[in-house]
Amino acid sequence: MKLDRTQLALIAILVAVAAGGPFLPKWALFLLTIAVAKGLVALGLMLLLRAGLVSFGQALYYCLGAYAAGGIGRAFGISDIFVQMLTGAVVAAFFAWLFGFLLARYRGIFFGLLSLALSMILYGLIVKNEALGSTDGINVLPSTLFGIRPGEATLRYAVALAAVGVAVLAALLVHRYMNTPQGQLAPAIKDNEIRVEYMGASVQQAIHVMYVIAAALAGIGGALAATAVGHIDPDMAYWTSSGEFIFITILAGTGSAIAPFLGAVIFGIIHTVAYDVSPNTWQLTLGLSLLVVIVFLPEGLWSLFKRRAARKAA
Amino acid sequence: MEHIAAVLVDGIIYAAWLFVAAVGMTLIYGVMKIVNITHGSFYALGAYAGASMAGAWLARGYPPMLSYAALLAAGVVVALVVAPLIERGLLRFMYAKDEVVILLITYALFLVLEDVIKLVWGVDPYFIAEPYGLLGSFEVGSLSYPTYNLILVGLALVSGAGLAWMLNRTRTGKLLRAVIHDPQVSSAMGVNVDRFYLVTFTFGSMLAALGGAFTAPTVSVVPGLGVEVVVLSFAVVVIGGLGSLPGAALGALIVGLVRSLSIHYLPQVELFVIYFVMALVLAVRPRGLFSLAEARKI
Repeated sequence: MKLDRTQLALIAILVAVAAGGPFLPKWALFLLTIAVAKGLVALGLMLLLRAGLVSFGQALYYCLGAYAAGGIGRAFGISDIFVQMLTGAVVAAFFAWLFGFLLARYRGIFFGLLSLALSMILYGLIVKNEALGSTDGINVLPSTLFGIRPGEATLRYAVALAAVGVAVLAALLVHRYMNTPQGQLAPAIKDNEIRVEYMGASVQQAIHVMYVIAAALAGIGGALAATAVGHIDPDMAYWTSSGEFIFITILAGTGSAIAPFLGAVIFGIIHTVAYDVSPNTWQLTLGLSLLVVIVFLPEGLWSLFKRRAARKAA
Repeated sequence: MEHIAAVLVDGIIYAAWLFVAAVGMTLIYGVMKIVNITHGSFYALGAYAGASMAGAWLARGYPPMLSYAALLAAGVVVALVVAPLIERGLLRFMYAKDEVVILLITYALFLVLEDVIKLVWGVDPYFIAEPYGLLGSFEVGSLSYPTYNLILVGLALVSGAGLAWMLNRTRTGKLLRAVIHDPQVSSAMGVNVDRFYLVTFTFGSMLAALGGAFTAPTVSVVPGLGVEVVVLSFAVVVIGGLGSLPGAALGALIVGLVRSLSIHYLPQVELFVIYFVMALVLAVRPRGLFSLAEARKI
C-alpha cells in the first residue's frame, strides 16, 4: 500500500509524540491532550464546513460525549479511556442520527440556529438537574488504560498518547472518507446542491452521514476532555464553546484532515500565551486573529501550505 | 387566580426586557441580512455605560430622578460612537460575503468587544441600585413589584410602536422597505443604500444598548453580561421569524410567558423550555412564526 503525504504526516506525528512525549513537561502534555480533543470536534466541523454547513451547536455532542464518559464512570465504575471514548462516540452518534433526520433538511443560517437551539436545550437540562451535578458539574475518575492505572508520573503521557493515537486513526479514516465518492460530494453540495441531486446522489443522506460522523468525533473529543480534566460541567454545551470549535475550524481551513488539529494547537497556544501575558485581552487576540483569517485567508491557515506547494509545482 | 396574575405580570416584564434586547437584532437582520452576534456586546456596552454614567450622575448629587435620562443618554451615546465605527470600518466591506461568514465576523467582533469592555471598565462589578428603588412599587393582588419594571415595559412599547410607525407610515419607512426587497434596484433608483445600512445598524445596536442601560440598575454589571443576551435574542427572533417586527414581539411574549410559567410551576425546566420552543418552531416553521414563503433560489 502506498501512503500519500497526509497519511505519512499523520503517522509521523504519532511517532513523534510517542517518542518525544516522555520528555515533555506535564502541562505541555495536558495542553496537547486538550488540543487533540478540540481538534477532533473541529475535524467533524470541517467535514460539515466542506459542504457549506456551519453548526453553531457542536458543543452538544462534545458535552454529550463528556457526560457519557463521566456517566459510565459513575454508574459502573468504568474509567478505561478507550471505553470512555467509545461510549462518548456511540452516544453522540446515536443522538446525531436522531436529530440528523431533521437537521439534514436545513441549510445556511437555519442549520446553524437549529443546532444551536439543540445544544442550548442540553445546557438547560443539565444546569437545572441536580442528578447531573447542575452548574457545579461532576468529577470524572482518573483514567485507566486496559485495566492498568498508570502512576501519576506517566498518566499524562499515557492519556496524551492514547488521545493522539485515536486522533491519528480518526484523521486517517476521515482522510479516506473525504476521498470516497460520497466524501467528495461535500464540495459539490456547497457549490450547487441541485446539480448533485441531478447526478443521482442524495444530498440529505450525504449530509446526514457527515453529521453523524462529526458528532461521533465530537463525542470522542468530549470524552477525552472529560478524562483529561477530570471534571465536566454544563458550560461544555454552552454556545461559547460551540463558538470556540468554529473558531478552530475556520482558523485551520478545510484543506486537510490534519488542519483541524493544527488549528486546535494554535488555538491552545494563543489561549495559553495570551492568557498568561494579559488575562483581560486574550479574547481580543482570538477575535482579531479570526478576523484576519476570515478577511485575508478565507481558506484558513492551511491554504498557506497549499499556496507554497502550488508555487513549487509551477 | 392570584398565581395566574403573578405569572402574567412576570411574563410580561420579562417579555418587555427580551423585546428591547432582541428587536434590534431582528431589525438588523431584516434590513441587512446579518445575524449579528455583536448585538450582545452592545447590550453589555450599554449596561456599562449606563452604570458608570448614572453612577457619576448620582455621585455628583444631581437630582436622582434625572438619572433615568443619564441611562438613556448612555445607551444612545455608546451606540452612536461604536456602531458607526464597526459598520463603516469593517462590516460594509463584507456585505458581499455569505451570511454565515458575516455571522462569524460578528462573532470575532463580539470576542474583541468583550475584552475592550474589560479594558475600559475593568473586571470589577458595577452596582447602581438607586434608580431601581426610586420609583417605589406597585401592587398586583397581594404581590408588589418595583415600578421600575414598568420603564422597561414602556421602553418596549415605545420602541416597538415607533419602529412599526416608522416602517409603515413614513417616507423613510417606505424607502427602507424598498431597500429590504432589493438593495440593488433601490440603489439604482437613487436611494442611498449605504446610509440606510449605517443608520439601521446604529439604530438596532442602540436598542440593544438601551436594553443594557436600563437593565443595569437591576443587576450587577459584570464581564460576560452580553453572552446570555446573544443566545436569548436568537431564541426570540427565531421564534418570531428572523427579520420580522411583529415576530419579535410575539417571540418575546412567548418566551416571556413560557419562562414565567415554568419558574412558577416547574423551575427545573426554566432554561430548557426556552430553547425547546426555539427548536420546535425551527423544526415546524424554519423561518419562524411570522414568515413569508421564501422564493426558491436557483
